[in-house]
Amino acid sequence: MSGRAEVMVAPPENSRPSQRQRSTATRTAKTLRRRRLVNSFMVGVLVLSAVLATVPLVFILLYLLKAGLSSVNLAFFIKTPKPPGEVGGGMYNAIVGTLMMVGMASVLGMPVGIGAGLYLSERKGAKLANVVRFLADVLNGLPSIVMGIFAWQLLVKPIGHFSALAGAAALAAMMIPMVTRTTEEMVSLVPTSLREAALALGYSRARTALTVVLRTATAGIVTGALVVVARIAGETAPLLFTALGNQFTSYNVSQPMSAMPLQIYIYAQSPYDDWIKQAWAGSLVLITLVLLISLAARFATRGRFDLGGD
Amino acid sequence: MTDVIGPVTMTEPPTGPMIPGTPGILQARNYSFWYGEKQALFEVDLDIHARSITAFIGPSGCGKSTFLRSINRLNETILGTRHTGEILLDGADIYEKGTDVVALRQRAGMVFQRWNCFPKSIYDNIAFGPRINGETNRGVVDGIVESALRRAALWDEVKDRLRQSATGLSGGQQQRLCIARALANDPEVLLLDEPCSALDPIATQRIEELLVELKRELTVVIVTHNLQQAARVSDRTAFFFVGRLIEYAPTDQLFTSPREERTEAYVTGRFG
Repeated sequence: MSGRAEVMVAPPENSRPSQRQRSTATRTAKTLRRRRLVNSFMVGVLVLSAVLATVPLVFILLYLLKAGLSSVNLAFFIKTPKPPGEVGGGMYNAIVGTLMMVGMASVLGMPVGIGAGLYLSERKGAKLANVVRFLADVLNGLPSIVMGIFAWQLLVKPIGHFSALAGAAALAAMMIPMVTRTTEEMVSLVPTSLREAALALGYSRARTALTVVLRTATAGIVTGALVVVARIAGETAPLLFTALGNQFTSYNVSQPMSAMPLQIYIYAQSPYDDWIKQAWAGSLVLITLVLLISLAARFATRGRFDLGGD
Repeated sequence: MTDVIGPVTMTEPPTGPMIPGTPGILQARNYSFWYGEKQALFEVDLDIHARSITAFIGPSGCGKSTFLRSINRLNETILGTRHTGEILLDGADIYEKGTDVVALRQRAGMVFQRWNCFPKSIYDNIAFGPRINGETNRGVVDGIVESALRRAALWDEVKDRLRQSATGLSGGQQQRLCIARALANDPEVLLLDEPCSALDPIATQRIEELLVELKRELTVVIVTHNLQQAARVSDRTAFFFVGRLIEYAPTDQLFTSPREERTEAYVTGRFG
């Protein structure tokens, strides 16, 4: 520092970075080249992973389009199967069966799953909540064939015949733990301050959970639920021992009913060319259905999970 | 009557050790900013002087935080934002092609409204910046940690528990830790976004004293909703309103004899 008189004209170096600031900047600058390289490398790895993750889907879609598209026509949607060996017919029975059973499973499973998820999130520390959470995780890892045998033992064997209701119950049993966990996650995202705001206005815990919390998390819960529906719609194993399958259109829930995965399973194993073609077509329609549900799930969350902010 | 959105006139030569006419360390030139379709800043022209404290005031949503976050290019991490005009740091456009944001952010440190210490030890929080910016010598890092904590007036309170979690500190201590963390990077500019809004008066006072202390070595830019705070600590104050820089003047002048009616209305508490 120079004398007072010179401070009046203010030496320019006073506004310049200090020695220490300059040397730190230099030190940082020296690392930049390496860091940029590492950075681009890591970004490359991540981009590659992201692409690889979607490669199977792209291949499946392309292959299904190639193998199945030619058999997807109006008859496929409105006709029932022809006897083996005869050309033509469709999967009307299976489409109806899938819609009915997934619908019934959702009616049975959604309320339970969402209720359980809400409980798990709103009573985080409770002993019961911890037990339920753990069991839900175990259930989520359960092979679906086991769920099928379980439903058979409980709902088919005592009654004496296969039924769509048993199929729906098996699907619902698979659905519940999945919906429980996704609901819990979505509900956990609701900020505590929002709960406290309701409690401070004299709302009970239950009312807060049912009105404020559930309302805030609705979009997320709907998304999660739709994703679960999409997964369930493609399940084969739980239906093998329960709904069994049916070559005719049935609307009777106490009787065997067809479903798209079942029909595909049967057709794909058959020796008949036309059935095998229809199996491909069925796979294409099923995956399109799942895609549509996933798209619906995306639209459900669009800009609606906005909690505001600055 | 001046034009409502007229150009901002620099009043009075700046106080402090600056030659009149010497460019500030930070200069915004015709800087506009958009979040998607919504324009948040309109043609801001502003010179921030080195080794001084500049306060940005204005009602919520006036763009002061947006402008602050433009200085270290943190805004561009938000999708759908864009800008026109330029911001110069030490004469170089920070948006120029080839500018490394990592290097820029080392030179322009930031402290946020809500303290955001990493869930690591106090020591590791401070050492985070120097380590990533190429300081490998443990002894040197030790020294940086101590000096940063001393400069943030936190050393005496935490020297015996450097290895403990930072999140166990009080709010005021955590905020000073965040300042120390920024200081450990030896920034030339320290940007603070309402650093005291969640702190009690005593913690606030400590931080204000700290800022006055810090301006000897670096340039401080602080966004604040607390007008008294702006009046107490800053050398110059910029008043923003609906995305425009309305008035920029030495603090005492802006508070006692503002040129703009809206500035006067705001600083006297008639709106905002």
